[in-house]
Amino acid sequence: MASVTYKKVTKKFGDFTALNELDIEIQDKEFLVLVGPSGCGKTTALRCLAGLEEVTAGEVLIGDQVVNDIAPKDRDIAMVFQSYALYPHMTVFDNMAFGLKLRRVPKDQIKTRVEEAAKTLGIEHLLKRRPRELSGGQRQRVAVGRAIVREPKVFLFDEPLSNLDAKLRVQTRAEISRLHQRLQTTFIYVTHDQTEAMTMASRIAVMNKGLLQQLDTPQKLYDEPANLFVAGFIGSPAMNFFTARIKKDGQNLFVDTDDFAVKIPDHKLKVYEPLAGKEVIFGIRPEDIHNPEFAPPGIHAAPVEAKVDVTELMGNEIFLYMISGKNNFVARVDPRTRFKIEEKRQLFFNMDNFHIFDVSADAENPPAVR
Amino acid sequence: MKPFARLNKFLSKLPVNLVLIALILLWLVPTLGLFITSFRPREDVRTTGWWTIFREQQVVGQVEYETYCASCHGMDGAAIPQANLADPELMNAYARSNRLLVMLKQPLEDDSPHMVDPLLPENVNESLAILSPVHEYIGALSGEETKGSRLTLRNYADALVGYKGTQDYLTDCQEGVESTLVKFKCNISDLLNPEGMGSAFINTLIVAVPSTLLPIFFAAFAAYAFAWMDFKGRQWLFALLVGLQIIPLQMTLVPIARLYADLGLESTFVGIWLFHTGFGLPYAIYLMRNFLGGLPREVFESIYLDGANHWTAFWKLAIPLSMPAIASLGIFQFLWVWNDFLVAKIFLSSKPVLTVQITNLIDPRGANWHILTGAAFLSFIVPMIVFFAFQRYFVRGLLAGSVKG
Repeated sequence: MASVTYKKVTKKFGDFTALNELDIEIQDKEFLVLVGPSGCGKTTALRCLAGLEEVTAGEVLIGDQVVNDIAPKDRDIAMVFQSYALYPHMTVFDNMAFGLKLRRVPKDQIKTRVEEAAKTLGIEHLLKRRPRELSGGQRQRVAVGRAIVREPKVFLFDEPLSNLDAKLRVQTRAEISRLHQRLQTTFIYVTHDQTEAMTMASRIAVMNKGLLQQLDTPQKLYDEPANLFVAGFIGSPAMNFFTARIKKDGQNLFVDTDDFAVKIPDHKLKVYEPLAGKEVIFGIRPEDIHNPEFAPPGIHAAPVEAKVDVTELMGNEIFLYMISGKNNFVARVDPRTRFKIEEKRQLFFNMDNFHIFDVSADAENPPAVR
Repeated sequence: MKPFARLNKFLSKLPVNLVLIALILLWLVPTLGLFITSFRPREDVRTTGWWTIFREQQVVGQVEYETYCASCHGMDGAAIPQANLADPELMNAYARSNRLLVMLKQPLEDDSPHMVDPLLPENVNESLAILSPVHEYIGALSGEETKGSRLTLRNYADALVGYKGTQDYLTDCQEGVESTLVKFKCNISDLLNPEGMGSAFINTLIVAVPSTLLPIFFAAFAAYAFAWMDFKGRQWLFALLVGLQIIPLQMTLVPIARLYADLGLESTFVGIWLFHTGFGLPYAIYLMRNFLGGLPREVFESIYLDGANHWTAFWKLAIPLSMPAIASLGIFQFLWVWNDFLVAKIFLSSKPVLTVQITNLIDPRGANWHILTGAAFLSFIVPMIVFFAFQRYFVRGLLAGSVKG
């Protein structure tokens, strides 16, 4: 059990910068998820911590100890790989016991620890089998079991669920969360799947192109994304974006996209007043766009006209793909909605939840203004 | 349509099958011939082809026997009790037809000529032409050489002990031929006679086993380092080592022979072990590195995180996982060393291996043909066993370098 700290960690592969001055502080017993698109550096960050890659600059700390020059075997961490990486020539028992044997743990103790771990994971009947005789889910459990018998300071998971089918993934997700609760150890978990990140993490670090974009709790990340990348990455279907201009009209502020203009509620005027006249990106999540018939009461609704392009019935909700002039957007509306394709309809934008990104501050990845 | 479809299928495969069968026959028939020849008696090898043993066994020499001998000895050869032709003991003394001829030329006890009517021709060769079948017929009568008589293991015995005389080793020992007794003790210790295939077999084993194990052992270490250890110039060094394969073995014979002479390694097992190890290493390293490098990286990372250093990872992970590569490499190297003639001839002349011993056995004029066939088969019993025991590794071994898994 220990905290983990990345201090301005940079990792370069030749000319390619995989990690760019990464700063993360991970508390003891925390479940931190590193999430981002492929190639964003999340796995590299994990491998630098494990000691499988050497950092180019900066420091990695486990507890108070700088581990830059400590061999992987002496870092006291365990890692579960995407491919599970079991030892194919050993039985499940030997796979799990191997790390303990190398550490000269007494035999009877190895036996009890392996059996206990196997019981927790429900694989005690598989102990005599070899990895090739196991299904994907069982292999995954063995990989987790191999990690937990060692009782390491830090657990690392590198996309451990991506080789499982959808149903098993949901189930295993819950099991890993439970495991974290029970073990009370630091977990660092890498995934490209935002659902995994949202459901399991105590905090999420969103990364892109080797840069940390935001480090926050899942709810905070969802409600208040720090920039356009995070806003677009978290949430499914993704947030709708419109290039727009903030217009001042007497006392009121409007977000004007050329195709439609929506009024910013009075209590937010102060925040956005300085942006008046500037070009911005306006973002709103699909679930904050309502069918006027079923819109919840008491919201600051802004009406927008748009043409229905496609409707997708999900059962509990309907996804509407709308076209308004040159803008496309998705609305996630009440399942009782009966819109026809090519129909022009009015929708309500819930102006209590919207995001403005200031293009003038950073054209590539504009930060949110709030 | 259906029957035509089957016919079409058959016809479309026919050329391939025919070529395949032709190729198999091309290889198999000469080998089979050699194999059968190795069991045929010296006389037969000289006079008839190996395929004649498939002909129906005709009673050889019956006509000649009836003409020359039956009048006195009777049809069953037992008419004269003092000279019972059906008695194997009597016939053992005349194992060859020329001995029979010598005896027949002598008069009987009452000074009458042995053979009265008709007399054998004066010319020795002509008489032998008659006596040879008679001899065989009597042999059949005495039951000593029964129906399968035309197959014998004597060639193998000759080859094993390195017999080079005019009859065969077992007969010479029975008869106590002096020239043979000088060289042989006529007991089991003859198997170790330095001129025989028996001792050559042992020499070959002593050469082949370390020459197979040593390069694999060193190659495994090198391959692990090339595949999983990070050090400067790794790629270059590997390329250099693989490039060493282009050096032809023959080019190095003279310099190495001189080096060995200086080091006192000429004609020693150590010398030939080193030679085979050296020339086996480049390919062995190449194959092993490609195999080890093809194993999943995560498994090795796992074992490092589990607390293993390179030594442990090598013995507990790399070696067990590369058993298929080691097996195929071992087979290839073993067969190569086993069948090697040139290196052994030059660097181990005083302790001949099988290949070298075979050349020592044959008479330069091609006389000891029958021994050659036996010796050849003795020399490839072991490769055959190796091949059939490990044949599934052959295919895998061929793919080991190029294809993953």
